[in-house]
Parts: sequence; C-alpha cells; structure tokens
Amino acid sequence: MATVTLRNVRKSFGSTEILHGVDVGMADGEFVVLVGPSGCGKSTLLRMIAGLENITAGEIDIGGRVVNDVAPKDRDIAMVFQNYALYPHMTVRENMAFSLRLAKAPREVEEAEVQRAARILGLSELLHRYPRQLSGGQRQRVAMGRAIVRNPQVFLFDEPLSNLDAKLRVQMRAEIKELHQRLRTTTVYVTHDQIEAMTMADKIVVMHAGRVEQIGAPLDLYDRPANMFVAGFIGSPAMNFVRGTVRGDRFVSEGAVDWPLPPPAARGGAGEGRPAVYGIRPEHLFPATGGIPAEVQVVEPTGAEMQVLARVGGAPVLCAFRERIAARPGETIGIEPDPALAHLFDVETGRRLSA
Amino acid sequence: MSVTTATPGWARPRTRPGWLARLFDSKPFLIVACLFPAVGLLLVFLTYPLGLGVWLAFTDTQIGRSGVWVGLENFQDLFEDRVFWSAVFYSVFYTAAATALKFGLGLWLALLLNHHVPFKSIIRAIILLPWIVPTVLSAIAFWWIYDAQFSIISYVLVDVLGWRDTYIDFLGTPWAARWSLIVANVWRGIPFVAISLLAGLQTISPSLYEAALLDGASPWQRFRHVTAPLLMPILAVVLTFSVLFTFTDFQLVYAITRGGPVNSTHLMATLAFQRGIPGGHLGEGAAIAVSMIPFLIFATLFSYFALARRKWQQGESND
Repeated sequence: MATVTLRNVRKSFGSTEILHGVDVGMADGEFVVLVGPSGCGKSTLLRMIAGLENITAGEIDIGGRVVNDVAPKDRDIAMVFQNYALYPHMTVRENMAFSLRLAKAPREVEEAEVQRAARILGLSELLHRYPRQLSGGQRQRVAMGRAIVRNPQVFLFDEPLSNLDAKLRVQMRAEIKELHQRLRTTTVYVTHDQIEAMTMADKIVVMHAGRVEQIGAPLDLYDRPANMFVAGFIGSPAMNFVRGTVRGDRFVSEGAVDWPLPPPAARGGAGEGRPAVYGIRPEHLFPATGGIPAEVQVVEPTGAEMQVLARVGGAPVLCAFRERIAARPGETIGIEPDPALAHLFDVETGRRLSA
Repeated sequence: MSVTTATPGWARPRTRPGWLARLFDSKPFLIVACLFPAVGLLLVFLTYPLGLGVWLAFTDTQIGRSGVWVGLENFQDLFEDRVFWSAVFYSVFYTAAATALKFGLGLWLALLLNHHVPFKSIIRAIILLPWIVPTVLSAIAFWWIYDAQFSIISYVLVDVLGWRDTYIDFLGTPWAARWSLIVANVWRGIPFVAISLLAGLQTISPSLYEAALLDGASPWQRFRHVTAPLLMPILAVVLTFSVLFTFTDFQLVYAITRGGPVNSTHLMATLAFQRGIPGGHLGEGAAIAVSMIPFLIFATLFSYFALARRKWQQGESND
C-alpha cells in the first residue's frame, strides 16, 4: 500500500515532447483512472510509473520513495497488460508463480500465494490449464492473479478490458472494482473509455495531448467540467455546445435563439455582452411546449430514453428525453434546458466561466 | 421512389451452362485435374529415382553393364570397407559440429539483430549474402582461401601480423581439412539459421519481456524462461532442415577437397557419387546413398518427437 505522486513528469521521444509536465497525487488505497483519447500519453505515463519507459524530467514517487532510478522489479508494482502478456508455455499456476519462483520464495509460500490469488479470482479449477485453453475473461483473471500474487504496493492496469466483448467488459469492470474494495491496494488504471472511468474510479485524471485537463471525483467532473474538453469527453452522449452571447438573463445564439442562463450567482465570469459557449448535456434537455424550437432530424429510441438529434438555430443539438415523444424527422418540437445544469465556457480558451 | 425499383420489362436471362462449364463444375474431374500435375511430378522426379536408387543398391550394376540382383552383397562389402566407415564417421561429425556452430552463432546473430541496432536492414541483407551466393562459387572462394600457397589467412597471419612463421596447410592433412570444410559449411549455413530464428524471435510479443521484467527476471532468466521456450517450435523446424541439408551436403566438399586427403573428408554423399559415377560402380554407390536413409529418418523423427509440438501450442481443447 502506498501513495503515488507524479511531480512535473515529462516525456520526450527524441525532440517530440509527448508529456508536458504532469502533476498527480494519488492517495493510499485510491483507485485512480487515467482517461483520455488515443495518443494523449496516458499509457506512456503508466509505463513510466511501471519503469518500462524512462522519465525525461520530473519525479515519480511511490510510497515516499523517488523511483526514477529504481529498476521496475524493485518498484513494488504489478501490472496487468492490455494483451494480458501471459506466458503461453506456462500453466496458469506457473504464470502466477513466476515472480515468486524468480525471487526464490519457499515452495510453501509460493503454493499458498497462488492458492490465495486463485481463490480470490475463482481460478482454482483452472490452475493446470495453459493460457490457450482459457477464455478471454479467464485470461484476464489470470493476468490479475499474477499481479495479486506479488502483493504489490500499487496495481497498474493498462486498458485491461479493451480486448473483451461488451458484456464481459461490464462484468469484469465490476470484478475489478470489487477486487479493489477487497484488497484496498492503490490502483492506477488506464482506459480510453469514459464509462469505465466514471464507474470504477475514486479519482479520474482526464488527459489530453500530453497534459492533465482535470483531476477529480467522477461526479465532480460530470457536474463541473473545468473546460470544454472535459465537458465533451465525460458523459455519454456528449455535451452540446452552442456559441453565442450573454444578453441580460438570456444567452442568445445564432438564429436569435434564447437559452436560459444559470442563476446570476453561478454565472461566474460570464458578464453582459460577453461571447461564450453554452454547454448543456443531452439528458438535461426536456421536451416542453412553447420551449426553444428545434427541428427534429434523427430519432433514436434506445428503450430507456429517446435520443433526438435536432437543429436549433442552425446548431446541431442532441437531446436524450426520458419520456417517449412522438416526433418525426422534419417536425419542430419545443425543448427546454434545465438552467441550473447549463455550463458556460470561454470561446478562446475553452475554460469554464460559470462557477 | 422510382430510383429504387429496377427497370421494368427486363429479367435476367437464365443461361444453360455449356459442356465445358459443366465439366469444370464436376468434382471428380476437378480432383483428377488438380492432383495430376503434383502427383505426376512427384512420381517422375522423386518416386522413380528413389525407387531406382534403392533397387540399384541391391544389384551389381556398373556403368555400361546392367547388373543382376545380388541381395545384400553391396552392404556386406561396405560393412568391411574402412573408407565407407570413415565417410559415415565424418558425415556424422560434420553434421554435428557444423550444426552446433551454426545454431550457436546463428542464434547469437538473431538475438543481436532483434535489438534495435543502427542500419538494421542493411545488416540483415549483408547477413543473407552467404546464402544467396551459389554454393559452388563460395566453394571456389573457400578453395582459394584455403590454398596452401595463396591463402589470404596464411598471408595475414604470416606476412602482415607475423604471428606465424609458416603457411598453414588447410587442406593437406585430414583434421585440418575436416575442420576447414566445417567452417565453410557454417559460413554458408548461418544466414538460414539466423534469419529463421530472427523471424521466430519477432513473433514473441514484447509485452512478455516487459511482464518478465516486472516479474523480476534478469536478462539471462528472460532468455531462459521466455525466449528459449517460445523459440523452441521454430528452432525444431530449423534444426531439422539444417541437419538434413548438412548431412546430405555434397557441393562444398566435392568442390573444395573431392574427399581428400586420403579419403578423410568424404561425406556419404560424395563417396556415393565417387564410387557410382567416376568409379563406375553404380550398385555400390547406390548402396552408400541408401545407407544415408536411416540417419535422415532418425534425425527427422528425433526433432519431430523431441522438439516439435508442445502441449501449450495445441488448440483450445481441454486435456
């Protein structure tokens, strides 16, 4: 068990800098998810914590010890790889026991640890199998078992669920979360899937193009995204953005559409006459007669909700209605945002203006 | 809506296939037609010569005189023939020594090339050179390298470096000649081994090495527990081929020493040729060639059973 602290961590490949100074603090026992689109540097950051990539600048601190120059095996971490990286020529038992065997642990310790991990993960029946003979979910569990056997201070997961089908992914998501609640080991988890991040994390680190965009608890990120990137990345379907100007108590967008603003106390830096971006999540728009006129383009019923893509004054706006409405493409319906849940962003920087 | 409906008044005509089309649709005809070239080639160029060779081994045929069936007489003669046993010994020794060296050096080269080295592709191309040079050309080159008077090795050691006083007689004494041929064979055989093993190494996922690194494996342990076992399947195949090619080698030896000095460097293949064609005793030459078959079968079976398929490679089935 340990804290993990990244201080101004940078990474360059040749002259290309791909991590531009990352600062993250992770508390003992916390489940931290690094999330971001492909190429944002999240996997590289994880590999730097593991010691598989060297650190160009800055410090990585695990349990109060700077590990920049510590060999991977001495960092007291265990990693689960995206492709599991199970040794194909070893049985499940040998795969899990490999690190103990290399450390010359006594056979009783080795056996006890393997049995413990197998019990936790429900692998006891499969110990004599080879990876080839396992299903995707079982391989995933063996990879976790290999990590558990080592009793590390920190677990590192590199997109561990991306090779599984959708249903199994949901199931393994719950299993990993449950495992963490049981073992309470500090965990760093990399994914590009914001739903995984939202459902599993104690703390989410949203990364974009080698920078940290925002760090916070899942619901904080959802309720108060620090900028347009986080606002658009967290939440599904993604937030709608409309450009316009603050006019008194209303926000006026292209085509003279009036949007209700949050109460004055929550508007922050969005003063009168200021150009801004108005952000509203699809699930915070409601059908209302006499509301903002919206021309329906596509209707997608998912059962739980109706997703309606509409044009509002020329801007595409996606709505997710809880109630079923009988709208057809081409018709005009009225929509009404919940003003308390609207966000305002700066046009230039994308930063959040509303409080 | 008219866009989505086909033009009315026209239907695709039903055509009745011609006899040729029906012939090519018939399965029995296709089976015969497709198998014929392969089976024909195998029969004419493999089965017939092999059968003829085996039959000749049991006759006393000579060039210009068809022989009669003599049973095992040729083999009985060979059994008491010191030159034959010397050729058997050298064939085995040549194969063992050359294969060991080829695999040692080839694996080492492959491991080096599997790392990120500058000018990797150029180096790979250079390594392949010995393999693409025609064997007889490289044999002639080695013949000059091993020449008693004009050897470049002797020249460097004696005249340039001054480490020796006399020129080396590479091909003049039995053991020197034997080792010289082995070196030539190793030089020629390394590219095949190195490139094949490199291909094998590149199929090993880098994340396995990273996992082993995190598991605390030293470089030697990573080689021993990850590289070696995962390379074993391809190693077995390459080893089998290498042993077969080396054991049946002919060109290098015949071009460089012709089996001399005093028959000390005869392989079974060169001896068979020597006795059969220049010597004219086709029956005896064939008997020597047939004697190679058990060795080859043994080598193939050994690699097949001892090295080839491991349990972990087999399919999804439960044991």
